[in-house]
Amino acid sequence: MSTKTMSATMSATMSATMSATMPAAMSALVDERRPISRGGEWTFELIEEYDREIRKVAVDEFGLDCYSNQIEIISSEQMLDGYASNGLPIGYPHWRFGKEFIRNEQSYRSGARGLAYEIVINSDPCIAYLMEENSMPMQALVIAHASYGHNSFFKGNYLFRQWTSADAIIDYMVFARKFVMECEEKYGIGAVEETLDSCHALQDFGVNRYQHPAPLSAAEERARAVEREAYAWKMHDEIWRTLPAREKAQAKEATQDFPAEPQENLLYFIEKYSPRLAPWQRELVRIVRRVSQYFYPQGQTKLMNEGWATFWHYTILNRLYEKGLVDDGFMLEFLQSHTNVVSQRGFDEQGYGGLNPYALGFAMFQDIKRICENPTEEDRAWFPDIAGSDWRKTLDSAMRNYKDESFIGQFLSPKLIREFHLFAVADHEVEPTLEIAAIHNESGYRRVRKLLAQQYNRDSMLPDIQVTKYARDSDRSLTVRHLIHRKRPLSDEASEVAKHLARLWGFCVRFESVEQSGELRQVQEFYPS
Amino acid sequence: MSMIIDRRLNDKGKSATNRERFIRRYSEQVKRAIDAMVSDRSIKDMEQGGDVRIPVKDVSEPAFRHGHGGDREMVHPGNRTFNQGDRIQRPGGGAGKGGEGGSGQGQGSDSFEFSLSREEFMKLFFDDLELPNLARNVTGTVADRKLKRAGYTRYGGATNLSVVRSLRNALGRRIALRAGVRRQHEDARAQLNALPLEGDSEQLEELMQMEITEYKRRLSRVPFLDEIDLRYRHRITVPQPITQAVMFCLMDVSASMDEQKKDLAKRFYTLLYLFLARKYEKVDVVFIRHTENAEEVDEEHFFHDPQTGGTVVYSALELMHQIVQARYPSSSWNIYGAQVSDGDAFGADPEKSRGFLEKELLPLARYYAYIEVPDMLTPLSTLASSYKRITAEHFAMREVRERREIYPVLRDLFKREVQ
Repeated sequence: MSTKTMSATMSATMSATMSATMPAAMSALVDERRPISRGGEWTFELIEEYDREIRKVAVDEFGLDCYSNQIEIISSEQMLDGYASNGLPIGYPHWRFGKEFIRNEQSYRSGARGLAYEIVINSDPCIAYLMEENSMPMQALVIAHASYGHNSFFKGNYLFRQWTSADAIIDYMVFARKFVMECEEKYGIGAVEETLDSCHALQDFGVNRYQHPAPLSAAEERARAVEREAYAWKMHDEIWRTLPAREKAQAKEATQDFPAEPQENLLYFIEKYSPRLAPWQRELVRIVRRVSQYFYPQGQTKLMNEGWATFWHYTILNRLYEKGLVDDGFMLEFLQSHTNVVSQRGFDEQGYGGLNPYALGFAMFQDIKRICENPTEEDRAWFPDIAGSDWRKTLDSAMRNYKDESFIGQFLSPKLIREFHLFAVADHEVEPTLEIAAIHNESGYRRVRKLLAQQYNRDSMLPDIQVTKYARDSDRSLTVRHLIHRKRPLSDEASEVAKHLARLWGFCVRFESVEQSGELRQVQEFYPS
Repeated sequence: MSMIIDRRLNDKGKSATNRERFIRRYSEQVKRAIDAMVSDRSIKDMEQGGDVRIPVKDVSEPAFRHGHGGDREMVHPGNRTFNQGDRIQRPGGGAGKGGEGGSGQGQGSDSFEFSLSREEFMKLFFDDLELPNLARNVTGTVADRKLKRAGYTRYGGATNLSVVRSLRNALGRRIALRAGVRRQHEDARAQLNALPLEGDSEQLEELMQMEITEYKRRLSRVPFLDEIDLRYRHRITVPQPITQAVMFCLMDVSASMDEQKKDLAKRFYTLLYLFLARKYEKVDVVFIRHTENAEEVDEEHFFHDPQTGGTVVYSALELMHQIVQARYPSSSWNIYGAQVSDGDAFGADPEKSRGFLEKELLPLARYYAYIEVPDMLTPLSTLASSYKRITAEHFAMREVRERREIYPVLRDLFKREVQ
């Protein structure tokens, strides 16, 4: 969570949503409150007690389905360490993580940014890190946000269910770390680093989007590494060279293009088919690929995940207040920080950094709840199937079955488009100026919603690059095709990445840029140095 | 039930290895940044960490991304004035619709900046110099004595009285001296109380009363504080090596000394300074530059103020001698001389300088080093060929063309001391 000041555009939304619950609760229950604690000091006993109460609300009352929780208290230095490794408690050594660490440390030390209040990782048990600097209300907020909000999202959302193995990730990282360090010992830090650099350059293209990965298992991975090594030895066995060649079969294969279908998972293809990589290098490719795969759902559900967690910390803490378990001071601190987190700056304001996933995500879940409970005529027209339904069921199914793109496409209401003053700008290469494509009016709602949903689509974030041909029987060159999407070119660094690709492949890499029509725009060849 | 674990005491340095790897990987760039820093810094400030800036483009990791151009739509919040179909200017740089307000904040975003700790800075600074770990050691000359605490003694002045020790002794003494009497006293009182009340024991009772009074008197005679209780803080004098040194930096600043040579000189001086700073509590640095005549200047002028003119080495040596006489008597200062020159000297100057150095300066100095930074592979320069005849043990001379040759000079210079 970043610390931001509340912006003018969103203040209306925020104060509206808050005044709905706060004053009524305050006057009705102010006499019988017996708060768990007062003031900012936290102790382990208090954390336990808050956790117990939050759990009662989250699980028993609202029925959130969570992994069991592991809450760890850490210092700010450890938080910086956590940042560097994407929150995973263990990682393989590489300079890139050092760079991340230095970058975060520097901006933290110079006061350019605060630290997140928590990091939570998708594992079973779900591990949440709380900073010791947080006050008691902040710790409670973070427990509600991470240990029940994010936690239930990790467990429930279909992308996480299908693409990640929460119970195995820590084990797998332990294996990865050990493996990388062993390789460094055997083959030198330089050689390992080179391979990992190349893999990192391609990590966004190490994801299967349509085919679910096999579940992770550290024991299997270890066995596979050994097996690979053994297989390589076997291939060197002299006896194999004495076998008569099967000319016919080869001739038949040569006529066929390989792979039969274009492959989008470049790292997978390299791991399986690169003619030059040593077994240990293949294993490194695999490690980067699997880590990339593990983080894939997070990129697809950032808005939903944060919105869900924010919605729940807001709902749970308000409920605690209703039950008289927290006092007014607690609520003021919580609301101040909550308001900062969900503030949205306008495009023309200082410090605007795009749509804030916390703000939009939170607003959308609140809005769905509103549509269920108090639908207007407009809502009934736009959302006939959820208007007036049980909000808990509707929210639950939204959380389970959508990702950012489809979530926005399905649930962004005209009311929110108005409140956020959303507008779409069209940037067309041939036009000298930008055009306002749609604004928050009757004719623009659908367009804005559709374009915003597209913006969260992976295809509009990442270029479409796939392996189309592996010349197995001739020069062993690899043909990679960039399918140009709406005339958008690749950035200049693409040739750097292509060199990395060539390094991993070991032979020539032909890099083609192709228009949607199939017309070949540009071909470049890269050779390993 | 949730598990709550306190991890605060766990290892904090998890990222240390990765950080080190990053610095090693970009050591080229980091060193370049350090070179820039070295020329800006004073010799005395060299031994600190520092902020290093590396161009972001050097450290960024490449990936396949969309570049500028092509067709796309972006959705933004906060529209107040636009209507559908409005046309607006493309913001500069073609960075898409990035928000006009953002430009004011982007400062420094084109460089990756981070702090090096003191150790990291020194390691990289001396990397070229092939520096082993410098050991802190103490020099030999004993010229001063210093008082040092050495436990407690029974005699001393009132100012050194240790109250706590004295009272502790007094307490111990009182307990020891009174214990026996007190026991007898108590026994006697018990006996007295045990006597029957009837008449015939009157005499005995009187006796015992006397006995008790005597015990009481004896008890009260034990003084609260006695002379033998007193303890004084003990101080002894120990020989004290001279803890101050002065380092004379002599440099030829005539036109032939270019920036690169001065950079070598600066590194040499820095190294010498660091070495001395580890040995002595206080190190003064005197900068003497010379062309035809010598003058004492501050560091800024010493390194960065180009001069023109000829070269008379003698003038600098003479000035150093004068300064020593006036401000740094060799009885209380360790004197180090470090001369850097490209070796040009004309006429009688080299011989005269050698004579002066040998007779006047070397007897005063602990060490004197001459570093020559020649232009190219020239044979021995005039100054060097004169200096070569100096036989004094604490004189050293070397030619230095590259940075990594600097440290060995120093090592030779201080070989004896390091052992």
